[in-house]
Amino acid sequence: MKLSRKDFLRLAAGAVALAGAGGLVHAVNGPDATPRLRSGQDRKRWGMVIDLQKCHEEKGCDRCARACHATHNVPGIPDKAHEVKWIWNERSADVFPFQPSEYTNQSADAPLPVLCNHCTDPACVRVCPTRATWKRQDGVVMMDYHRCIGCRYCMAACPYGSRSFNYEDPRPHLERINPDFPTRTAGVVEKCNFCEERLARGQLPACVEACPRQAMAFGDLNDEQSAIRRILARRFSVQRQPELGCGPSIFYLV
Amino acid sequence: MLDKALQGGRGYWAWITLLLLLIAAGFACYLRQLEYGLGITGLSRDVSWGIYIAQFTFFVGVAASAVMVVLPYYLHDVRQFGRITVLGELLAVAAVIMCMLFIFVDMGQPGRVLNVLLYPTPHSLMFWDMVSLSGYLLLNAVIASVMLGAEYKGLAAPGWIRPVIYLSIPWAVSIHTVTAFLYSGLPGRPLWFTAVLAPRFLASAFASGPALLILLCLALRRLTSFDAGKEAIRKLGVIVAYAMTANVFLLLLELFTAFYSHKPEHREPFEYLFSGLNGHHSLALLMWLSAALALAALAALLVPRWRENERILALASAAVFLSLWLEKGMGLIVAGFVPSPLRRVTAYAPTAPEWAIVLGIWALGALLVTMFYKITVAVREQV
Repeated sequence: MKLSRKDFLRLAAGAVALAGAGGLVHAVNGPDATPRLRSGQDRKRWGMVIDLQKCHEEKGCDRCARACHATHNVPGIPDKAHEVKWIWNERSADVFPFQPSEYTNQSADAPLPVLCNHCTDPACVRVCPTRATWKRQDGVVMMDYHRCIGCRYCMAACPYGSRSFNYEDPRPHLERINPDFPTRTAGVVEKCNFCEERLARGQLPACVEACPRQAMAFGDLNDEQSAIRRILARRFSVQRQPELGCGPSIFYLV
Repeated sequence: MLDKALQGGRGYWAWITLLLLLIAAGFACYLRQLEYGLGITGLSRDVSWGIYIAQFTFFVGVAASAVMVVLPYYLHDVRQFGRITVLGELLAVAAVIMCMLFIFVDMGQPGRVLNVLLYPTPHSLMFWDMVSLSGYLLLNAVIASVMLGAEYKGLAAPGWIRPVIYLSIPWAVSIHTVTAFLYSGLPGRPLWFTAVLAPRFLASAFASGPALLILLCLALRRLTSFDAGKEAIRKLGVIVAYAMTANVFLLLLELFTAFYSHKPEHREPFEYLFSGLNGHHSLALLMWLSAALALAALAALLVPRWRENERILALASAAVFLSLWLEKGMGLIVAGFVPSPLRRVTAYAPTAPEWAIVLGIWALGALLVTMFYKITVAVREQV
C-alpha cells in the first residue's frame, strides 16, 4: 500500500488523538487517591478562635506571623505585588467590611490576623482543575505543590484573599531554611496548612503557640467538650463573610 | 492542498515574515517568563489574572461566532453565506488555538499541563472548558478540511459531515457559556457573579466575531480574487447590529442593578471601571473609549442606509471589535479583582514582555488565518 503524504498526516493526527483519548479514559477510570469528604459525628473538624480583645492588647505584635513564616519557609519578598503570606495582620475595617460606622467606637484601623479559613465548603477546592488543593476529612484544606499547575483559579475563587502565588523563585528570599518543611518553587500557589505537619505530631499550630497572650485557641469543632467549643458557647463570635456559604472555620471573638 | 499556503507573491511573503518575527519575539519573551516566573508580568497577589486570561476570554468569543455564519446557512438556507461558512470555521480554528496558547502562557507550571488530563476533575469548570474547547477545535478542523477538500476535488461533501456540522452549532454556544461559568460561579467576585454573564459573553461574541469576519472579507476582496459577495457582507452587518445592540443592552442591565441597588460590593467594580476607586483610574479612559466606540458603532449600524455603505460598515465593524476588545479583553477580567477580598485597590497594567507574548500569540493567530485563507482562495480559484 502506498501512502500519500496527506494520508500519512491524517493517520498521524488520528493516532495522536487516539493516544490522547486513551489517556483520558484511563485517567477517568483510574483509582482516585483523594479521600471522599463526608461529614460525620466521629470526624474531627479543626477550627480556631481568635480573641480580638486579647490580640489588640499587644500593640504592634506580629509574632504569630513570624512564627508561621519561619516554620513554613514563607519568603519575605519586598515587592508587595509578589508577596507570599500565610497569616498576617489586616485592618479590621478591611477584614469585616461595611461594619464600622462613625457612630461606634470600633477602631477601623486595629489590626487583626487573617489566614486561610479552612472552609467546610471551600470554593478553591471546587474550582481546582487538578485537585492539587483538596479538603481532608478533618477539615484541613491542603495544597500539593507538586501537582499545582499554577493556573491561579483558586486565587480567583477564594473570597478571603488567603492564597499567594509564587511569582518568582521564593528561595533567595528565605533568611533561614527550616529543613523539616519543604520550600516551594516559582509558579505554584500556597497558603496556610493549619500546621498539619505539627498536628500529626500532636502539636498545636505554630501561630497558636507563639501568641504571647494566648489569644488563639485551636481545637476540634465537632467535639462539644473541646475548649474551643466551650469558648464559642460562652462568647459572641463572628466569621468572615459567612453569607458566601463557604463555612469558615476561623472564629473571631469581638 | 496544504502546499497552496507556500505559494505567494512578494507581499504575501513579507507579511508572513513580519508575523514570524513577531512570533519569535513573543517566544523569546516567553522563554524569559519560563525562566523567571510570572513575576515578569504586571500581575500581583491581588490581580492574579490579567491580559492573558482576558484575551483568552475574548478569543473564545471570536471562535464561537463561527456559528453566526454556519447556523443561517445550514438551518435557514441563507445561500449568500455558502461561500464564507468555511472562512468562519477556519477563523474559529485559529481563535481556539490562540485561546489554548493564552491559557498555556498564563500557567505557572506549564510543564504540568497534562495534570489536567491525569487528574480529570469534573467539579472544576476548567475541566469542562478544556473539553468544550478541544472538542470545538476538532469539530471545526474536521468540518473545514472536509468541506474544502471536497471543493478541491470538485465533489459533493460526504453525507456524514452534515450531522457533524449540526453538532458544531450548539457546541459553539457551549464553549462561551462554559467560559462565562468559569467566572460567574465564584462567590467572592461580585462583578462576575451574575447570571447575565453568559448571555453577555454570547452577545459580545456574536458582535465581535462577525465584525472581524466582515473586515477579513473586505481585505480578501482587495488583496485576492475572492469576493464574499455584497449580500453576504450586508447580512453579516445585520448580525453585528443586532448582537451589538443586545450586548449594550445587557451591559446597561448590569449597570442598573449595580447603581440603583446601591449595594457597595456590586457597585465598586463598576465604579473602578468607569470613574476609578481610591484614586486608581487606569482603566477608566479605556472603558470610556470602549463606550464611545460602542455608541458610534451602534449609530452607524442601526441606520440601514449607513450600514449598507461598505466603507461605513468597515469602520463600524472595526469600532465594534475594538470596543469589545477593550471591554471584554481587558476591563471585565481585571476589574473582577478590584477591590480585592481585603478591600485593596491594586492597579494592573501589562508589562513590555507581557505585551510581546500577547502580540506573539496574535501574530500566530494571524499567520494561521492567512495560511488557511490562502489555501481557501487558491482552491476556489482553481475550481
